[in-house]
Amino acid sequence: MAQLISRLRVWRGLVLLLAGVYFLVPMGASVWFSVDTNHGIDFAAYTGLLSAPGFLDSLVLTLELAAVTVAVLLLLLVPALIAARLGSARLRAVLEVVCTLPLVVPPVALTAGLIGVLRWGPDYLMDTPLFQTFVFVQDPKFPLVLVIAYVLMSLPLAYRALDAGLRAVDVRTLVEAARNCGASWPRAVLTVVLPNLRGALLNASFLTLALVLGEFTASSILGYQPFAVWIYTVGNSQGQMSVAVSVLSLLITWVLLLLLSTAGRERRRNTTTH
Amino acid sequence: MTTAPTPVPTPAATDLSGGAGVLTATPVPRKRVRSLRRLGGSWLATVPLLLFFLVGFGLPAVAIVIGAFTASSDAETGAGEFTTANLTDSVQGAYQTALWSSVKLSALTALIATLIGLPIAQAVVTSRFRALREAVLTASGVLANFGGLPLAFAFVATLGNAGEITEMFDLTDHGWSLYSFTGLTVVYLYFLVPLMVLTVTPALDGLRVQWREAAQNNRATGFQYWRHVALPILFPSLLGGFVLLFGSAFAAYATAAAMVGATVPLISRSIADALSGNVLVGQGNLALALSLDMILVAVLVMAVYLPLQRRSARWLS
Repeated sequence: MAQLISRLRVWRGLVLLLAGVYFLVPMGASVWFSVDTNHGIDFAAYTGLLSAPGFLDSLVLTLELAAVTVAVLLLLLVPALIAARLGSARLRAVLEVVCTLPLVVPPVALTAGLIGVLRWGPDYLMDTPLFQTFVFVQDPKFPLVLVIAYVLMSLPLAYRALDAGLRAVDVRTLVEAARNCGASWPRAVLTVVLPNLRGALLNASFLTLALVLGEFTASSILGYQPFAVWIYTVGNSQGQMSVAVSVLSLLITWVLLLLLSTAGRERRRNTTTH
Repeated sequence: MTTAPTPVPTPAATDLSGGAGVLTATPVPRKRVRSLRRLGGSWLATVPLLLFFLVGFGLPAVAIVIGAFTASSDAETGAGEFTTANLTDSVQGAYQTALWSSVKLSALTALIATLIGLPIAQAVVTSRFRALREAVLTASGVLANFGGLPLAFAFVATLGNAGEITEMFDLTDHGWSLYSFTGLTVVYLYFLVPLMVLTVTPALDGLRVQWREAAQNNRATGFQYWRHVALPILFPSLLGGFVLLFGSAFAAYATAAAMVGATVPLISRSIADALSGNVLVGQGNLALALSLDMILVAVLVMAVYLPLQRRSARWLS
């Protein structure tokens, strides 16, 4: 028995070691690649980022897009999901289908469809308010069409996260208890249900944020220049800088996720001690 | 609410009735909740989402279907008319190659990732160290989302023509090229394996220790336990995971676009090329036909995935 256990431990260690090598080597090599020059180690690829043309503009655009996407997504999803919990099972099934369907359409195909819709505009609908809408949606300063695409792409992820959170709390009892104590509907949802969903809300927002930060397909085909498209352009001329940005983006995602998981753990501990 | 016990019976009675009064008072708001529900109040809160979905998702879907079956406006004849030419073109020649190579790449990488992800997840699940488990799962969460451009650049820096590992071991002389089908497979595994680990871990957690002990008590070897007990239970989760990975690899665009250019033909890249106009005149709607092909493949895949996911969820509860 002891022999079996030690053999299992060796096997387990070997598997994890091999996996560790495969997943760490590209990261290490990327870091090395980004600082290694003919004259030794040089951090120019990192220090030169801020002054690189287009860096700040594209970063700001991406962050704005991310903020609006997260806001729109939560405003659409949270009321709908809470209502579905309070309402019939049929409603819940409808929402599940609606939120899972975007998985079936790959981002490239969705972009093709959006371009197809946008092409309807100029052809038949000049001088109508609809045409103005099409122009407004494609404003290069803030392309709302990308927000639409991003909300659709992150819908399945955010739905999963929020649904898992809602499953963990008894929304109906909470709301009825709050209502019985005289709380209005908005108050019951805002001060009773939402605080219980904090973890799920954070989770959904984080997943959406990560998706928007890295999104390349729709934005590049539609011809805008958020961060990912900027990295691509830089990659063609300055290889080192593009690798440096890749390393940074991985680090940022990592830190965000670690913060999120520690926040979740502390809250869990709090609720158990209470 | 209940005051100190009173010796006089009458106040106690009033107190009781008072309690009953509170009890009868409760159904009033509850009835209001129910009537609101009956009035469709809950539907009201879902209207914005459904409206957004209809416009944002419905219109593009309609555009794809209509476009795929319509002759392009820049075609010499029959502009705007119904045609199946786009669809026939989209499954012929270079496009057929691209579609096939996308399917092949996705299936192969998903299969390899399933085979690699399972032992890693098992090693994590059976580990004594909680910290290791948390670290691996957090890492998987990050890496599974680490697709797209940064991934492509990281691998170019590692295994590309001037990559660190390539130069260290003179891999180019041994016939290695990152910009090939094999290279793309290695890169895709970087986000598919963590995705698989995330997908099967809950299922592995669901395997009871007692089942293993029961098998051992009946003198089953480790192999027999896996062959007859664990794998049959895990099968829906594994197949569901495989399908999820397939879909994920199939839809990927950025990594291949940044890395291999045109050396490995892929359907997602063909669509992007067709959309940006690098295609023959008169075939503007070809991109929409190709998109329809892609959606059809994804629908097939989802038709397998969703029922399986429900079935494997039953094991976890």
